[in-house]
Amino acid sequence: MSSMSEKKQDQGNTLKSVGAIFSFMFKRYKGLFVLVIVGILLSSWAMVQSTLFTRKLIDEYIVPMVAQAQSGANPDFGPLAAAITRLALVAVVGVSSMFMYNRLMVTISQGTLRDLRVEVFGHMESLPIKYFDTHAHGDIMSIYTNDIDTLRQLISQTIPNFINSCTTIVMVFISMVALSIPLTGVTLVMVAVMLLASGRIGAAAGKHFGDQQQTLGAVNGFIEETISGEKVVKVFCHEERSIDDFHKINHALRDSATRANTLAGILMPVVFAIGEISYVLCAIVGSYLAVSSGIISLGTLVSFLSLNQSFTEPITRISQQLSAITQAGAGASRVLALLAEESEKDEGYVELVNVREEGDQIAESDQRTGHWAWKHPHKDAGTVTYMPLMGELVMDGVDFGYVPEKQILHDIRLFALPGQKIAFVGATGAGKTTITNLINRFYDIDDGKIRYDGINITKIRKPELRRSLGMVLQDPHLFTGTVMENIRYGRLDATDEECIEAAKLVSAHDFIKRLPDGYDTEITGDGGNLSAGQRQLLTIARAAVADPPALILDEATSSIDTRTEQLVQAGMDALMRGRTTFVIAHRLSTVRDSDCIMVMEQGRIIERGTHDELLAAHGKYYELYTGNQIEAE
Amino acid sequence: MDIIRKLLGHLGEYKKPALIAPLCTLVAVGMEVLIPYVMAMLIDQGISKLDMGKVWLFGGIMLACAVIALVIDSASAVFGSRASTGLASNLRDALFEKVQTYSFSNIDKFSTAGLVTRMTTDVTNVQNAFNMSLIIATRAPISLVASLVMSVIISPQLSGIFLVAMVVLSVALIVIMLKAMPLFGQVFQRYDALNSSVQENVTAIRVVKAFVREDHEQQKFTNAANEVHDLFVKAEGLIAWNNPVMGIAIYGCIIALSWFGTHSILAGDITTGQLTSLLGYVFNVLISLMMLTMIFVMVSMSAASGKRIVEVLDEEPDIVSPENALMEVPDGSIDFDAVDFSYRSGEGEETLTGIDLHIGSGETIGILGGTGSGKSTLVSLISRLYDVDAGAVRVGGNDVRSYDTEVLRDSVAVVLQQNTLFSGSILDNLRWGKADATLEECKAACAAACADEFIDRMPDGYDTQIEQGGTNVSGGQRQRLCIARALLKRPRVLILDDSTSAVDTATDASIQRAFAEQIPDTTKIVISQRVSSFGSCDRILVLDAGRVAAFASEHELLATCDIYRDVYETQNKAGAEADFDSLEGIAYDPISQRFDPAFEDELPFEVDPAVVAELARKAGE
Repeated sequence: MSSMSEKKQDQGNTLKSVGAIFSFMFKRYKGLFVLVIVGILLSSWAMVQSTLFTRKLIDEYIVPMVAQAQSGANPDFGPLAAAITRLALVAVVGVSSMFMYNRLMVTISQGTLRDLRVEVFGHMESLPIKYFDTHAHGDIMSIYTNDIDTLRQLISQTIPNFINSCTTIVMVFISMVALSIPLTGVTLVMVAVMLLASGRIGAAAGKHFGDQQQTLGAVNGFIEETISGEKVVKVFCHEERSIDDFHKINHALRDSATRANTLAGILMPVVFAIGEISYVLCAIVGSYLAVSSGIISLGTLVSFLSLNQSFTEPITRISQQLSAITQAGAGASRVLALLAEESEKDEGYVELVNVREEGDQIAESDQRTGHWAWKHPHKDAGTVTYMPLMGELVMDGVDFGYVPEKQILHDIRLFALPGQKIAFVGATGAGKTTITNLINRFYDIDDGKIRYDGINITKIRKPELRRSLGMVLQDPHLFTGTVMENIRYGRLDATDEECIEAAKLVSAHDFIKRLPDGYDTEITGDGGNLSAGQRQLLTIARAAVADPPALILDEATSSIDTRTEQLVQAGMDALMRGRTTFVIAHRLSTVRDSDCIMVMEQGRIIERGTHDELLAAHGKYYELYTGNQIEAE
Repeated sequence: MDIIRKLLGHLGEYKKPALIAPLCTLVAVGMEVLIPYVMAMLIDQGISKLDMGKVWLFGGIMLACAVIALVIDSASAVFGSRASTGLASNLRDALFEKVQTYSFSNIDKFSTAGLVTRMTTDVTNVQNAFNMSLIIATRAPISLVASLVMSVIISPQLSGIFLVAMVVLSVALIVIMLKAMPLFGQVFQRYDALNSSVQENVTAIRVVKAFVREDHEQQKFTNAANEVHDLFVKAEGLIAWNNPVMGIAIYGCIIALSWFGTHSILAGDITTGQLTSLLGYVFNVLISLMMLTMIFVMVSMSAASGKRIVEVLDEEPDIVSPENALMEVPDGSIDFDAVDFSYRSGEGEETLTGIDLHIGSGETIGILGGTGSGKSTLVSLISRLYDVDAGAVRVGGNDVRSYDTEVLRDSVAVVLQQNTLFSGSILDNLRWGKADATLEECKAACAAACADEFIDRMPDGYDTQIEQGGTNVSGGQRQRLCIARALLKRPRVLILDDSTSAVDTATDASIQRAFAEQIPDTTKIVISQRVSSFGSCDRILVLDAGRVAAFASEHELLATCDIYRDVYETQNKAGAEADFDSLEGIAYDPISQRFDPAFEDELPFEVDPAVVAELARKAGE
């Protein structure tokens, strides 16, 4: 029982989601959509008129004209010509309204989809990092690749078809009732039979499709796994056994697919044949009525039979559309779930502005001056103060956990003077990356304070805070575009010369020059055409062109060869010069050059000091440093 | 056509249902087409003459037709789906078997992702198109022809109207399709680009946010979305003509039939009943035509899938065992005689040039070189994963091309850089090395590869299930399992391609020691970025840009080879090996005396308990 009610609730949600998408569309295209409905009404009206014309043709023209001809008179084609002209006018109305609504629907559906895509993307960009850390990237992608795609079907086809089918059914039904109530009764009984049969078959097919989907998943998984590991398969001569295993699950898939497809395949002929039977039954009953009592004319019967065909067709179409709506509903609810995610909040009000010095005063400037200041408006006093950007950073008693149940960082205290280099060392999971996530407010702290040049970072507007902190991540992500565009990503108004200068600074210039098109080389697929070290150098150049006062660096651990590694190291060193730097260190030279090393363990700073101080202290750092040396021998 | 023939060649045991299905459709369509014809007789002979007997007779015939059509049409669906799912299953089998015969270069040519798509999505596309073709592609033309024949029987003159309508409609539909198809092609390209830009943003969201580029990305995305929108509107705007064109044809037929039909009736050529059947056939004819164009579009869309499948099936594996192949590898000596190799043989840059090497059986050889210097390529020639362009590679004194490939690969075990475990238990994975290995043999191999200690700590030991992609073991654990798997083969030659990179140096050293003790006669080749891995090597090969830069003992290399000395000195400076990620002690909780499992998951390698004990001891001092 409980599963039944769950299912009901699911359906309710599905409809609600589809409704939400519909109102998203309706809000934007109210006028056009009304026109579409008018077009649909007109074209169904024309269709029904043309069907009813048969009755007129037979009863009012052919039968009297045949009688005229039999009585020897010359039949008068005038009235028929007039009637056919009227039909032609109806046809013109029908066809042009049909074109109108089909064409308008393209505008509406594509426009809605574009707006939806842009809105979903824009909202996604505004979501906090937490969203991306807690959702599988594949799932996020599938919202764009699958879910919005099913909505395309829904909006551009299902909705207009549905409206069309409904209006056709209503109009045809009214006409049928007007023509003959007993025949309408026969038709309705057959429609009930049809719905019952298709419901039964559809439900059974649905169950088998579920099975098929499961076995298909298993087969795809096996293929994926074996082909990805194909080289291992070869090296171990495991081909025969893989083939045997594959045969087994492939045949299971074939069997379940056959069951599902057979039922789905039968559905159409069954529905179609029941339609035919309905037609035949109406013909028999109608003929009986015409012959025995004459309450139905021949023209009426023929017209009714056409209507009977026009009635069952949209009903079968609606049943198909219902399954499309269910599918789209699932997609719609995932799209809506993303849109319902809360955006990153920004309650900061301190801005970062360009300034120039005028005497001993600092004045705000529109131009890029190379000097920055924090613009701090004081609401109470109504004044604005400017404080030069120095790059001093203080963490005081910071506690943090990604989830409330599990605290990751405990009472972190640290102090970085402008231009100092602070290194974090410790095992993966000790909390190094977490600290850097807090400085630029990818995550917000639970307790304590972080101050940037004495300002609590929650008071600084997030974009300004992040702009003042350069970042080089361990995984070098690049974007589709040229090498130049990727470097310019750091500062969009940088000139070509400035980008090249930055590349030179971090020793990326040499390898870029050697690329086939130099700085114009296209980067595709996250830089798949570059080596890991080269990608790393580009991300360093990108940070260099941004020229931020403070830096967060995560040194790469990926195994790049020694020479490139030296280049990367040199690039990092050049970038760090003169900037306050927080570096998650993996290399000795970085650590040794640091002004202060924080040794982290389980979310706490357990030792701090310079390399020499820490060695002299004979603590954990010393142990590990020397311990490794012993191992290396 | 060639593609279709090749694909249908895989019907196999499903030929029968594939033939029966359209035959059934033929009969069913015949029945359906008869109905309007019989209806005409019912009207003319029954209703018009007020003959109730005829009404029952013809009504009965029509009812019988409808029921027969129901049964036979269902049968055609049954056979059709059996044939199409059967074809899909056979194609998947054929593809899978074919790929198993591929050499590495065949696989490289298609790429793993490409092969997976061909075996999954493409096969499904072909299955659907075939099913559709069996049912609708036979139904539509049969229904079209049958309706036309019936209308010609009724009235040759009036059926001329159909012909005109058909020509007009098909010309219009074809023009629309021809114009729209290339547009749709473009749409989907742009669409892919749009999605890949989303992908980029999802994976690089930290970069976007760190550089405050949300607005910039939004602008880029909006532009791309607008391009997709404009193209889509253009393409679908064309398609929007389909229904009105169809409407024009239908209305035209009705109007023409009404006018000329009335004339014919008055002239006594046809009866009123026959006119109504002709009106019935209008829909049959025109809808069949519409369906045909739909089928045309669908088949041409799946033609791309068909082509991609046939490509895989037609690809000739470029490495096959020779006839009268040698079935035994006498010893583990390896010789490279003036070997040249490039991945695209003949074209492109050579990956290896003029390699001359002679390695004695049982030697331990280290290989060092930068990225792209050809280390992995060189070793993959030994087990004939690729064939040389010039020169020869010999194992045990014989050219590798003279061995049965299975024999050769059983004797030359390679632990690939890209090491993969498969879903199944640890034991299942180990037995890839030797199918009938006993638990004891597996344990011994794991002990040598230093994998035993972490397996013992796992809840289900050797029966622990490995998840797909080996995601539930750490990088270091995976590497050690892969080494154990290779050891079980008891190979003549054992090649480790950077296989201990995620294993700490101490464990690395003890693995090497185990090799020296347990498989002294096996030739061992170790590729590594760390000079510390070469401790037990007799000689070290230094590769530079695909050429041998030096090949000598470590002692000699330090004296003569600049490249080696550079690397050695950088790595052996005090503490240079101190990779601060490998400070295992840090995830160790001295209070509970165990590793925090949450942290352990994140460790890039498995922690050696010996190191822990040492750390704990030191911490206690």
